[in-house]
Amino acid sequence: MIKMFSPKQNCWFIRKVVMWRAVASIAWSVLLLPVTTAVFVLLSRFRLFHPIQWISECIHLLTASSTIFSLVLLCGVVLITGLFNLEFYTLVPSIPCSRMALLGTVLHPRQCVHSLVYCSMGMLMMWCASVTIGGRYSTLGIPCRQSESGEVVACLNEYHLFLLLAGAFMGYSHSFLGVVQNMYYVSFQPIQQYKYPRFKGCLSMVVKCSVIQSLYSARNFAALYFFFGYVPKTWISSTLHLQIDSSVQPLDSLTGLLDFSLLYHLSISGSFLYFTWYLTVLLFRIYVTEAYSFPVQSTFTEDAEQCLPKVLPWTNSLVMKFLALQDLALLSQHSLSRRLEVFSLSQPGGHPHNWNAISGECLSLLSELTQRLVAHQDAVASNGRVKSQSASSDTRSASSSSSVVSGTEDITESPRLSVPLRTPGSVFRSSVGGVHSALTAPFTPDLDSPFSSPAIRRLVGQQEPRSPWFGTVQSPHVMRRGPKLWSASTESQSNSSPPASPATVPSPPAADQKPSFLAQWLQNRREQLPEASSQALFADSQAHIWALQGLSHLVAASFSEDQFGVVQTTLPSILSCLVVLLEAVDRHFKLPHASSKPGRTICSMGDSTYKTLRFALRAALKTAIYKITTSFGEHLNAVNISTEHRKRLQQFLEFKE
Amino acid sequence: MCSLGVFPAPVTAAQTLFERNNELLSALDPGEHSQVCDLPSPQFTRDTLKGHSRPESSSRSAFLDQRDTLWMRSAGAWRDAGLYGLLDEITNSADEVPRFLAVGSSCVLALLRWASSFHGSLFPHLTLSSDEMVAEFSQMLDWSDSALRSFAWHPHTDKFAVALLDDSIKIYKSNSSPTPTLKHRCQRSVCALQWKPLCGSALAAACQSCLLIWHVDPASLSTRPSSGCAQVLSHPGHSPITSIAWSPTGSLLVSASPVDTSMMVWDVAAESAVPLQRVGGGGVTHLSWSPDGSRLLAATPSALFRVWETRMWTCERWPCLKGSCQSACWSPDGGCLLLSMQGERVIYALTFSDLTGGPKAASVVADLSETTFPGPDGDLTVGGEVCSLSWDPRGERLAVLLKGDSQAVNHPSVIAVFKTRSSPVFELLPCGFVMGESGAEPRFMQFHPHFQHGALLTVCWSDGRISHVPFYFSSAGLLGGDSPLQAFASSTADPSSNKLYSEQTS
Repeated sequence: MIKMFSPKQNCWFIRKVVMWRAVASIAWSVLLLPVTTAVFVLLSRFRLFHPIQWISECIHLLTASSTIFSLVLLCGVVLITGLFNLEFYTLVPSIPCSRMALLGTVLHPRQCVHSLVYCSMGMLMMWCASVTIGGRYSTLGIPCRQSESGEVVACLNEYHLFLLLAGAFMGYSHSFLGVVQNMYYVSFQPIQQYKYPRFKGCLSMVVKCSVIQSLYSARNFAALYFFFGYVPKTWISSTLHLQIDSSVQPLDSLTGLLDFSLLYHLSISGSFLYFTWYLTVLLFRIYVTEAYSFPVQSTFTEDAEQCLPKVLPWTNSLVMKFLALQDLALLSQHSLSRRLEVFSLSQPGGHPHNWNAISGECLSLLSELTQRLVAHQDAVASNGRVKSQSASSDTRSASSSSSVVSGTEDITESPRLSVPLRTPGSVFRSSVGGVHSALTAPFTPDLDSPFSSPAIRRLVGQQEPRSPWFGTVQSPHVMRRGPKLWSASTESQSNSSPPASPATVPSPPAADQKPSFLAQWLQNRREQLPEASSQALFADSQAHIWALQGLSHLVAASFSEDQFGVVQTTLPSILSCLVVLLEAVDRHFKLPHASSKPGRTICSMGDSTYKTLRFALRAALKTAIYKITTSFGEHLNAVNISTEHRKRLQQFLEFKE
Repeated sequence: MCSLGVFPAPVTAAQTLFERNNELLSALDPGEHSQVCDLPSPQFTRDTLKGHSRPESSSRSAFLDQRDTLWMRSAGAWRDAGLYGLLDEITNSADEVPRFLAVGSSCVLALLRWASSFHGSLFPHLTLSSDEMVAEFSQMLDWSDSALRSFAWHPHTDKFAVALLDDSIKIYKSNSSPTPTLKHRCQRSVCALQWKPLCGSALAAACQSCLLIWHVDPASLSTRPSSGCAQVLSHPGHSPITSIAWSPTGSLLVSASPVDTSMMVWDVAAESAVPLQRVGGGGVTHLSWSPDGSRLLAATPSALFRVWETRMWTCERWPCLKGSCQSACWSPDGGCLLLSMQGERVIYALTFSDLTGGPKAASVVADLSETTFPGPDGDLTVGGEVCSLSWDPRGERLAVLLKGDSQAVNHPSVIAVFKTRSSPVFELLPCGFVMGESGAEPRFMQFHPHFQHGALLTVCWSDGRISHVPFYFSSAGLLGGDSPLQAFASSTADPSSNKLYSEQTS
């Protein structure tokens, strides 16, 4: 939380754009808070048969000092929610490939802190809600008359306690579902819209989701309270020396729970709670994914850092890279003048620096994906699951995870990849320079945790623990996700968290494995999500889709707009890169589970776009090749590419794909 | 302004074959062979196609009524007909439920009915049944009566898809390869078909309850692709779908339904949709994406249409005076939009240009009121409402399908073809009428997207035939002739002569 304000933050984009967007989204959430509170007040005091009394009571309540105080508290809650959004959001979802990995994510200390904060925020909001509702919910202690002696003592108000505990429960379930449904994954819409229409369009969905989620939570909480409600009740009453009034019906009984008014207030307050949180998430998503227009070239040297050719290869800030790629895709389709800038030559010298930088970056992104897919296919056993042991010696695992760690690790590039890569391995990793200082900082506190990657341990020179549990839990997927889960930072912070590129499969030597009952059980646990490995491979494919769109549209536009022929020189490499990627993608979809579609998700705020990214990538790839072949037509025969690639392109020319 | 009075008189006796030397020649003219191009022209008759016999809900009459418990009946009513059914069931079984429940549900039911009738009086199309609505807003004339339900050319190759009365889709290719037949459980009442641009295989079909995306492998020899080849896209409240439009880059698909005020922008591969809602108009009936991809026309059932710009997806609102927008087509460069309105016998033009910031009002470019031509077997009246408009991809011929009067004798539906000219001013010049065999009326027409020697109009006739009418002319390159695709299409396909991209190595 504090780290994001740290002076180490040197990326101009985070400072100047992302921070302001986050601030604006939080400001709007705060501004919308009085409106939602007013609606909540109206609904909570609803009386069908006394409308005038109802309205006047609500107006009176809205101007009362207690409501103002609640509003101030709620503003604090929204602020914290907004900061959590900024801190936790991710553009590449973390996809747990096994149930163990999911469990690891849920039990992660960072996640525990998150859950704890959300629990207390939920309690706080429920306290505000119960004060606002008033009546029997307003205070924890109420005076009551003891039956035998007749004297007035302070008794526990179980209704108040019920709502407070419901708030804590909803806070926890929000935090839990946030992990399970990837609530903090921010996806980009296929179309561009202004912020206000987008907000308006999403608002009904948010209302629906919060009501449904609140009803689910209310049901679950009522069941939980029915069975275990006496525990907190006796504990609170004993610590606060509050009597339990035996004359009123206890709530952890059937008749106590079947109180329509109680359930109504519970679900209304729950909807209010969820709506406030979801709205903050929605506004944050809308603001962060708003398109940003980077200049293609600048006349001033001090702005050169912020130009598209310089920004695209920048790997430290994922959000900047994504927005730059999105901007590239947009300019290639919509803006003639900016396309001409891309095709222009540098003033002294006449070099096509802009085009070279942009196309080179796109190509390296795409060939990195090709490499990843090829490595995955090599690693996959015939049953479609990653071979956990044999994969450990896989070339890919060595090159992707270890190469970033230290230069001394042997990096064995896959020999079949003849495509020259400017940045071998993942481009989303941090640059090699300053890796040590960058990597050790976030990872150090987590070294004792059982889920972190051995690569990281090697990095800081720690001996790997050899406990049997440790050995068995080291599923490739857990470890692959390890650095990401444990890092106390997001991609937005420059050089801190390298999202481990998927399909990196470092695992401990097989000799460490002690087959035991526990190990076998864990083995079963971790082999339950077969489709997830395919999803994880394409987790960041939105970037590839934009690169494909941008590249193909620029190449197609160059047919008539490129005056100096700068695109011609790179056309062979672009075409062969696309064809090689197509072959790799085709082979990937032949794997079992790769082409199975995910089921429809029920209404939830979690974004499940990542589940279908691989299909979107395949479609975008084919469209990109078609775009180039239809605009160049038979001229492609004059392009110097290999015979097999030409054969494949001929299929596209004849529309046989 | 052009009117039908200046047209050459239609030849009623024989089918129009093609245009050559600025003349439409028919089968009567000497020295012409009947088959002019090698494209398949299949014929379908109503008798050979058996429509689906009865809807699922009417199978109830085949079974004996059995009294269930109230709970069972209520659950069934909820499942079959939603809230209405449930309330109806409770109201009808008043003697079994508590009195307050029966009275309450009948009150709610009355309230709902009043509200929906009020809503229906605002938007009369909402009172139509699903099939009637499809028939009303389909681009196919007499949709419910026709053996052919929809037709679509592939944008890049010589193949087309036809939707038939029996809810199947057939795909024809120019050579005599097998014709795949597509059938799917959800494929009911196909109202529109469109092939995905920049793709060899994907075909979108707008059905009654959902949107189907077929992936028909062009290399496959199978005649019955399995229903696993189809993606089903649906959204609650978004049916029946009467119009679809792919973006010219093939990345997005927009679908519209007359009962849904929002149109859906689909990312088909990801199966996700972004609803774009505008309440006015009460629904969206017809969509048309400009060929350059920058604008999208969305017609509503009311006297209102919208033109969306597709960069930031904002829209311009165009209220009309009389009826709703019936049909529309874009010029190949996307700068000009031709529209026809319900109840009006004129064609309007809107000219978009980025410099002037868009048009202020539509101008009338053609008058299509009834005109009578004397003929050998009595007078022939042509003219009427414009049912559909189609502009050839080079922007030189405009085909207009004019609705006839089924009550009057000698007033059939005809296709009038105009020559179009954009410089110095936009102008329509008469070309002629495309006639079918005697007794056949045109139902639907579409230009072939890349005919080499001019334009090729494909017409679906009322007798279930599909015929192709070529227009041979040399392209003057007036409209849209400078786009790379067109330039390439008109150049000869000889790779050795094209040395634009000469041998080079990187």
